[in-house]
Amino acid sequence: MTVGLFIPCYVNQLYPQAAIATLELLQKLNVDVVYPSKQTCCGQPMANSGFEHLTQKCNDLFIENFASFDYIVAPSASCVLHVKDHLHAPENEQLAVSVRSKVYELVEFLTDILKVEKLNARFPHKVGIHQSCHGLRGLHLAQMSELNAAPFSKPAHLLHMVQDLELVSLERPDECCGFGGTFCIAEEAVSVKMGKDRVNDHIKNGAEYITSPDLSCLMHMEGILHRKRSKVKVVHIAQILNSTR
Amino acid sequence: MKPNGTKDHAALAEDFIKDEERVNWHDGSLWWIRQKRDKAAKNIPEWEELREAASQIKSNVISNLHEYLLQFEANLQKNGITVHWADSAQEHNEIVYSILKAKGFTEMVKSKSMLTEECQLNEYLAERGIDVINSDLGEYIQQIDNEPPSHIVLPCIHKRKEEIGELFHEHLGTEKGLSDPTLLTRVARKHLRNIFMTRRAALTGVNFAVAETGEYVVCTNEGNADMGAHLSEVQIASMGIEKIIPQKKHLGVFLRLLARSATGQPITIYSSHFKKPRKGQEMHMILVDAGRSRQLGRADFRDSLKCIKCGACMNTCPVYRKSGGLSYHNTISGPIGAILAPNLDMKRHADLPFASTLCGSCSNVCPVKINIHDQLYKWRQEIVKEGYAANTKALGMKAMSWTLSSPGSYTAAGKAGRWVLKNIPIAINNKLNPWYKGRDMPDGPKESFSEWYEKNKDDKS
Ligand code: SF4
Repeated sequence: MTVGLFIPCYVNQLYPQAAIATLELLQKLNVDVVYPSKQTCCGQPMANSGFEHLTQKCNDLFIENFASFDYIVAPSASCVLHVKDHLHAPENEQLAVSVRSKVYELVEFLTDILKVEKLNARFPHKVGIHQSCHGLRGLHLAQMSELNAAPFSKPAHLLHMVQDLELVSLERPDECCGFGGTFCIAEEAVSVKMGKDRVNDHIKNGAEYITSPDLSCLMHMEGILHRKRSKVKVVHIAQILNSTR
Repeated sequence: MKPNGTKDHAALAEDFIKDEERVNWHDGSLWWIRQKRDKAAKNIPEWEELREAASQIKSNVISNLHEYLLQFEANLQKNGITVHWADSAQEHNEIVYSILKAKGFTEMVKSKSMLTEECQLNEYLAERGIDVINSDLGEYIQQIDNEPPSHIVLPCIHKRKEEIGELFHEHLGTEKGLSDPTLLTRVARKHLRNIFMTRRAALTGVNFAVAETGEYVVCTNEGNADMGAHLSEVQIASMGIEKIIPQKKHLGVFLRLLARSATGQPITIYSSHFKKPRKGQEMHMILVDAGRSRQLGRADFRDSLKCIKCGACMNTCPVYRKSGGLSYHNTISGPIGAILAPNLDMKRHADLPFASTLCGSCSNVCPVKINIHDQLYKWRQEIVKEGYAANTKALGMKAMSWTLSSPGSYTAAGKAGRWVLKNIPIAINNKLNPWYKGRDMPDGPKESFSEWYEKNKDDKS
């Protein structure tokens, strides 16, 4: 089994530690990982702004980089969802379908494909999970509070395997943080207010760290925490699962 | 700003958010209702099956609308109700006016109907010398304040009780400073009672219209629809053509879903069935299209016609909760409003599908399973294609797509971006950067992952 590592553009440029942790974690689990160096972006920023028609070159590039792997894994639920829902190839749609069907967000890859039951990790802190909306409602990484259905949580399942980690519970377990891609600029006031309320729920409940399978949400919340001069930090879930401190 | 200079959702939301205490309390009240809804939904083991059933019944309805409407019309006529068809809001208003004029009435009492708000019926009739009073308490409060409803179930949810006290002081002569909800409600009740007793024409909305029997059901918690209708000489019902359900037995599905989704109640206090005029009473039914058949023709958006107007999508929507219903500048606000409005006027409402993070919570609470967030995404594509996106945005997007389409230009742009972040943060950390207004920028690492990988890959694999 060979996995193509997809590191979305903003993770590559702004949060390399999370990408490194993803790579190391997969390697620790004996996965053969390759990082195709000519990758850029999934095209989501354009598509969510209404410019899906400008994403064909991104799609083509993505397919070129990743079509040959058994699985494609990325530490970003939002980008994975975009590929799953919107990657097309008018010239060879069959190929696009196959790429779409083998792209996985890191957490779901660990729980559903590798079926990880034990991790050699330690993170002695109080941690709040930010259920990113695209991970939660798009990829169904956990049960959604709106539905009348049995609860489960893939991120929590993995975090429970981390030594000395304490999960905090939140008043609104799956509320959106207000990042929303270009929404965070176009609707700046609402976005910031949503982010403030979201981090306050974590702070009130004693979190030292906020973690998530989506760095974009974390980047937004980090900006807000920093502005508040809060001591609470954000950390991508791969960094916790790969941590041995 | 919108192209015509009026404020768009973002600007109106920014105004609303300036009063942070109000936002907190608005957000809290709606979240409380969302929690009540969750509890009610979780008390019904077959909740998800009910949603599916409702969604399928509505699929059947919108696929066979023509037949059901004709069947409904025939049954209405059999029951002695006069049927009118209105193609547009204007036509609807003209019909109401002609009915009242024929009787020489200059006053009417109206129970809640978002359709007549959409048609701006009150304003139309006022210009022709006819006074209309909204008898739903929340709507009445909005009416005396000269503001449209901000929520389809809770029309004045954005107002504090002190503000309502102030309005009552001004319009109903209550004591200054009185803000006790019970006392205020009592005053309103007395006032409205007098209206019910003296007005001879009453208009109601329609929640469900049964094709099989020609009856219709109006749901209220205050009983105000009945109070108006029971004493009236002329009773008018206005309904959007999508409100049809095939058979009486389907009502159970919808009545169980509606109140639970709307407020967490097991059922609305009054579900009033209307079928035949009383002796000496005239009954009219106005079937209104006003853009609905156009929406029916848009394959991606036709499911929006399944909506039963429960308001659950608004209560759960974090953007709605933080920005207030009036920021949507449309009769139907919130997520469902944002997918209905562009059908009516794409240019005017081009901002609304963007007033969402696409979190998807709305689609999950929707009792008829409308894929609201997918439709928001699809409207964005439509609006851009039709040329209603701002020019600067279009240019930015073209540049972005060019950068991201080629690994070389992407690497160069990434380097430049990180260099700027590191070395001249002020270039980004200034007022012109909307990110920086309420948030700090990320620190920016010294090297990207791809650079790190280039250096380290050999001892990694
Ligand atoms: S779209 Fe669904 S949730 Fe929203 S008001 Fe309509 S029925 Fe209710």
